[in-house]
Amino acid sequence: MAEVGAQAHGTHHPALQHHFTSLEQQREASSLGMWVFIAQEVLFFGGLFAAYTVYRSMYPDAFSAGSHHLSWKVGFANTLVLIGSSLTMAMGVYSAAIGKKNRVVGFILATILLGSVFLSVKYFEYGEKIRPCFGDGAHTGCLVPGARFDASALHLEGPEAGHAQIFFSLYFGMTGLHALHMIIGVPILLVIAHAAWRGRYSPEYHTPVELVGLYWHFVDIVWIFLFPLLYLIGSH
Amino acid sequence: MSSEPRSLPADHYLKAGWDLKSWLLTTDHKRIGLLYLMSITLMFAIGSLYAGIVRWNLLVPDGSQMSAEAYNKAFTGHGVVMVFFFLIPSIPATLGNFLIPLMIGAKDLAFPRINLLSWYIYVIGAALTMWALLSGGLETGWTFYTPYSTVFAESNVEVAAIGIFIAGFSSILTGLNFIVTIHKMRAPGLTWFRLPLFVWAHYATSIIQVLGTPVVAITILLVALERIFHFGFFDPNRGGDPILFQHLFWFYSHPAVYIMILPSMGVISEIVTCFSRKRIFGYSFIAMSSLAIAAIGFLVWAHHMYVTGMAVYSAMVFSALTYLVAVPSAIKTFNWTATLFRGSVKWDTPMIYVFCFIGLFLIGGLTGLFLGNLGVDVHLTDTYFVVAHFHYIMVGGAIMGYLGALHFWWPKITGRKYIESWGKVSSLLVFVGFNLTFFPQFVLGYLGMPRRYHAYPEEFQILNVLSTAGATILGFGYLFPFSYLTHSIFRGEPAGDNPWGAKGLEWTTQSPPLTHNFDEIPVVTEEPYDYASPPKEAARG
Repeated sequence: MAEVGAQAHGTHHPALQHHFTSLEQQREASSLGMWVFIAQEVLFFGGLFAAYTVYRSMYPDAFSAGSHHLSWKVGFANTLVLIGSSLTMAMGVYSAAIGKKNRVVGFILATILLGSVFLSVKYFEYGEKIRPCFGDGAHTGCLVPGARFDASALHLEGPEAGHAQIFFSLYFGMTGLHALHMIIGVPILLVIAHAAWRGRYSPEYHTPVELVGLYWHFVDIVWIFLFPLLYLIGSH
Repeated sequence: MSSEPRSLPADHYLKAGWDLKSWLLTTDHKRIGLLYLMSITLMFAIGSLYAGIVRWNLLVPDGSQMSAEAYNKAFTGHGVVMVFFFLIPSIPATLGNFLIPLMIGAKDLAFPRINLLSWYIYVIGAALTMWALLSGGLETGWTFYTPYSTVFAESNVEVAAIGIFIAGFSSILTGLNFIVTIHKMRAPGLTWFRLPLFVWAHYATSIIQVLGTPVVAITILLVALERIFHFGFFDPNRGGDPILFQHLFWFYSHPAVYIMILPSMGVISEIVTCFSRKRIFGYSFIAMSSLAIAAIGFLVWAHHMYVTGMAVYSAMVFSALTYLVAVPSAIKTFNWTATLFRGSVKWDTPMIYVFCFIGLFLIGGLTGLFLGNLGVDVHLTDTYFVVAHFHYIMVGGAIMGYLGALHFWWPKITGRKYIESWGKVSSLLVFVGFNLTFFPQFVLGYLGMPRRYHAYPEEFQILNVLSTAGATILGFGYLFPFSYLTHSIFRGEPAGDNPWGAKGLEWTTQSPPLTHNFDEIPVVTEEPYDYASPPKEAARG
């Protein structure tokens, strides 16, 4: 079947799949596919953003207190790290477009590194909220929603303590889903870096680099919304 | 038409291999369509068994046939299996998969491997959900309403929710594949307004799949998270709002109704013009009304929630929008009817299903307007009237279209003819059985019988017995096509390239098609449905 295509179209690029008539058509299709996927992602996160909007308008005080408890400095540092990773990603795509193989590999590895820094910081942020929830006795400082949730650190009582649980449900839900997207992105970046190192990409064909770049930028943009909504709404 | 063929073509897609590996690793959209066809047929059988259990219980008013809990699990199983694992993938994943590349003159969908992946995702999601249903069951109803599903339900909610979450991505990937394929893979000369209406309908469907499904996916994931990690999204004790769940759920699940019905409407447009031997009336109106349904369909979800105590002004807006979304459906119905006018109508099996569809969809659609009306809905909410209404759409509409499509394109898929007289008899059985099952439910609902109760007052028994009798006939109506279509795969006469004398690129290639569909990519030079001129002979290399 591939042979039939080859005869029909003469010699063609090894990356051209049999059901496309040209590399250009294949690139446009892949690119549109990624954009449709991103549209899907927007709606996927959209459910959580809708829930956030509803609950924040219902419980502004608890949200403010919960937000105040998050460290905006750590969040800001992580924002810079993530924007940096978007820069290296964009440089990687550019390098692929001009055919600089070693730079592509280098920039993608830098992107992976920055992404890992972000995830490590997130790990410690989560840890200080989750660790007090384990063990017997008092669970002072436990911020995981549920029976052991401790609202005293937020200076909240009564129903507002429950509302703060909703804030932290959203905090873990939204940042968790975001982190999951990064955790999925890193191995994909590794595969792309490997293929780049093997010399698979050229100025005519580097669609996979472009696509993973789109994905990575999308995940960064989600964080750009999450950071102010979660970290900056309390008065500091 | 060409002379009667004596045998199937020497080479076609089914001959690419008979072993398991050639099926499980295939990237041919036609084979993946058949994989889906087998999977959803199995799920349809399971969902029908659940329906049988429900109808069997309702034969007697006192609920003595089974416990209330078992009954709850039976109707939940019926809803979950039928909605998520049969109706939503039904036409798009089987016939859409098979036909869209053929109809637009492409060798395959844009992403063949993602297409195969979507089938595996479907199978994993279906297996998980079935495991949840069979080991302990699920009694939340297919709607998973909170706080019942998050706090009180003691069944396998988490596993079922995750199964449905996974299956959702199969639907998203199918929609994504169709959108890109329709945009980028059309044959030369095939402009947007030369596309078959089946393709337009699937384009609109795909938009809903891509934009709606992720919302229900995250919502149902939140239910699972709330049960596993005790998050408080929908927990009233902590200030969470259970009604928010309903908003998010129906934001997808109302458009999901259009995922089920739009592809059927596409099928009806193809068949009605072919068997009237006449160009379809109002082509561009039918095409655009599909998009209008997809767009307006996203704005009507709260009509499922009039009795939740929502603000009266928002209820009025949603009611008005609900009336608005009926307009494009009415446009289609008028256009199909106008196509019949002065056509040379032929009563073959696919066409009988078209007549079934138009009549039943009309009743289903009009009763939908009763329910969209604020005052009437308060009386009818959660009664059998609602059950009857949506079965007229989903069974009377979606499944009639699905059966019509299966019969219409069966010769293309298998290369063989089914026995026409059997087709006619079973379509009659389906029509009679369907109406006997569901028309009494309109009356029951109007008289006040609530849905989802396993016992009911004695005066409702006659109507319930009628309904169960109808369901039995309907069951046989579905068994027949299964038998004679299967029979035709082995014994049917070779059908030839274009047994109906139909227009459209899929009929210009051989039956069954080659693995790469066309020897040469066709060039389109004529308007769609040009039934005034004779059908083209197949272009053979």
